[in-house]
Amino acid sequence: MAAGTLELSAVHAGYGSFQALFDVSLEVRRAEAVGVIGPNGAGKTTLLRAISGLIRPTSGSIVMDAVDLVATPAHRIVSLGIAHVPENRRLFPRMTVEDNLRMGGFMPAARPKFAERLAFVHDLFPRLLERRRQLAGTLSGGEQQMCAIARALMSEPQILLLDEPSAGLAPVVVQQLFELLKRIRAGGLTVLIVEQNVQQVLQVVDRAYVLDAGKIRTAGTSAELLESTSVREAYLGV
Amino acid sequence: MGIFDVYLLEALINGVLLGGVLALLSLGLNLVFGVIDVVWICYAELIMLGMYGMYFLYTVRHVPILVAALLCIVAIGVLGVVLHVLVIAPLLSAAPINQLLATGGVLFFLQSAATVLFGIEFRNLGLRLPVLKVAGMFLSYSRLLAFGTALVGMAAVYLFLSKTYTGTAIRAIAQDRQIMPLMGVDSRRVYVITSAVGGALAGLAATLLVLQYDVHPFVGLSFGPIIFLICVLGGLGNFVGGFVAAFVFAELISVGGLYLDLEWGYVFAFAFFIVMMFVRPQGLLARR
Amino acid sequence: MRRPLPWIVGAALIALPFVYTAPYPLHILNIILIWSFAYTSWSVMGRFGLVSLGHGGFMGVGAYLTALLWNRGGITPWIGAPLALLAAAALAVLVAYPCFRYRIIGHYFALVTLALSGIVLQVITATRDYTGGSLGYTPARYRGGNSLYALQFTGKTTWYLIALGVWAAGLYVWHRVDRSMLRYALEAISEDEDAAAAAGVHVTREKLKITVLSAVMTALAGALYCQYQMFISPDTVSGISVSLQMVFAVVVGGIYVSLGPTVGAVITILLAETLRISFGTAAVGWDNVVYGILLVVFIIFLPKGILGSLLDLRPSRGPAVLRRPETGTA
Repeated sequence: MAAGTLELSAVHAGYGSFQALFDVSLEVRRAEAVGVIGPNGAGKTTLLRAISGLIRPTSGSIVMDAVDLVATPAHRIVSLGIAHVPENRRLFPRMTVEDNLRMGGFMPAARPKFAERLAFVHDLFPRLLERRRQLAGTLSGGEQQMCAIARALMSEPQILLLDEPSAGLAPVVVQQLFELLKRIRAGGLTVLIVEQNVQQVLQVVDRAYVLDAGKIRTAGTSAELLESTSVREAYLGV
Repeated sequence: MGIFDVYLLEALINGVLLGGVLALLSLGLNLVFGVIDVVWICYAELIMLGMYGMYFLYTVRHVPILVAALLCIVAIGVLGVVLHVLVIAPLLSAAPINQLLATGGVLFFLQSAATVLFGIEFRNLGLRLPVLKVAGMFLSYSRLLAFGTALVGMAAVYLFLSKTYTGTAIRAIAQDRQIMPLMGVDSRRVYVITSAVGGALAGLAATLLVLQYDVHPFVGLSFGPIIFLICVLGGLGNFVGGFVAAFVFAELISVGGLYLDLEWGYVFAFAFFIVMMFVRPQGLLARR
Repeated sequence: MRRPLPWIVGAALIALPFVYTAPYPLHILNIILIWSFAYTSWSVMGRFGLVSLGHGGFMGVGAYLTALLWNRGGITPWIGAPLALLAAAALAVLVAYPCFRYRIIGHYFALVTLALSGIVLQVITATRDYTGGSLGYTPARYRGGNSLYALQFTGKTTWYLIALGVWAAGLYVWHRVDRSMLRYALEAISEDEDAAAAAGVHVTREKLKITVLSAVMTALAGALYCQYQMFISPDTVSGISVSLQMVFAVVVGGIYVSLGPTVGAVITILLAETLRISFGTAAVGWDNVVYGILLVVFIIFLPKGILGSLLDLRPSRGPAVLRRPETGTA
């Protein structure tokens, strides 16, 4: 396995008696942008949570650079270079933008670099510099999404996990968002995005997996998936 | 100014002074609740132990008072951690009511342990601090000192919460517990630190209260219910709400106590509380 | 006769004092019965998640008002006690109504009730000119202490039968609630208040009903205690300790089972008596030390109480009086 590759093998995961993922295997190589697309309830959020340790798989393995993520305590996974931007942003609403970013840089290795990373995200998201003292809960949807991504970037991650970043955002905003993601990728960041918005995400990622009812149905490059009739019918309504 | 006015003004000022200490206490309780989502019903009993600590260190062993105070603050902080580790942590995933009952058990335990160990006699610190005469009013130095120290304590907590990483994590965990691991925060450690701070605040309050009040095993019953009412009225977990409510209640107790026995001040406060619930329920709609 | 066991046990209980007449054990039995009734009264609402830490307040009201009306007003407890019960009901409504109306539940509710019992104790202490404050209060003896009119009896046997009757009545009420629509409404409420309200349950009203019932029963326990012991003091019948004691006993015995509170009473009272006998006056406070530790231990390891946990181990068929009815009739 090449360095910096995230690999999931035969992962089963769920919540109590409810199983959400069945035998999921996928990999994300360094500097790639990979998408996981599929309908509501497919298990996409569960997938990312299993990677970042918020839930634990019942079986299967999740490994990056020979480190077994399943055996790693959840709060240490970010120090391995994996940052997760959760579904619905999950900003701390009654804290300022700057404090939210500070939380993103909480891990000890990130603290000495706080000023540097802060400058980096302000450069990417100038709006956040303007609004740095504003309470995060009062930001607009698009701004919140930017703040959430910026917060994840504060720890200087290798891999960024994004859970439905386009949810609840106007198409124009989504467009801007994905432009920004391309910029972030240019710096060598590896990205794993789960999305319902298939059209947009396939234009940003190199390749994608299709997850439906907890199982990987198919995979391929963006071009292949955009052309595939089954994908088009199922998810693009074409 | 007529004599009547002077007494009232004195009561009002004493109310403010009392409010400072009550605000400190409600801060401790709110901190623990906001972060860990548990109410330490035995909070007043932790204070009682701190007061005994001061008595034994200063009055019995003649330890210099500042050293005694520091030791008590640390000791009760440690006690807070012990409470969390032994009683709260095993129950974090249990029904909230079980957590309440467990701290109720600790309340029982602490009160009766104090009875067995120290006896039921009232103990006094034996420290006579001067009374200042200001504009015809008598203000006790110990109350002024308590007020000032409480303010400093609260300012220290405020700085801790806003300027340090751990303090920021404490504020964050109170707003969204589940994603803390994503930030690299070990929630269990934050809980322990919060318990230590909550305990230390109780210890600090104990050093201030013991200047003015005698200690006995059941002294917690005198101010425990009031702290709970303050926190509920201000909104459990709401620091600013608790702060304001503390002063309101302190004024009620102080002014009520001016015209009637002290106990009636508490009744006033509770009656006020009931009325507030009818009149302004928004004041009680807290985040949780 | 369906299920003879309860009837046999009942008959044996009634016959007991006539067969075994030693006064001290009878006294302990009486205490156990009265407190069992008090604990059962608490569990009537406690089992639905309405955990009140303030029932000491209601017991105090029941005890002190009955005694005060007798001593100062010459009003026989036959009238005085019902008046005290009314007062307890009023107090319950006064405090519980805004709580329920404004959705004060869980922690908040527990703290408000905790404060309530503390305040009742403060009132009793503050009115020391009338109530004797922390020194306690004694109802005046009437005609040598043996009078139906004054509800005072010197014979432990008489009290035993009264206490037994009230205790049995408490169990009966518990079972009636268990089989009623009120139970289902309250269980739905404790599961999800919004859903229950959407389904047409009048949440505030149902919660108030059970609270008032529980408060009134507890006040009755207080009145009985007062008449039996002929001495009451603020911290034996009211205050936080009494409130916690109630919760403790029910937790130990089992909260979802009708006899749970009784089991809890037996255990805690026997424990206190044993300690008192072994240590004498040095035992003051030790029983609560043990209580406190046991409460914490029980909550952590045996949240369903002794009886509850034992019943979980049994196969589902058992004597009717012990088995929690799975299906009730409407």
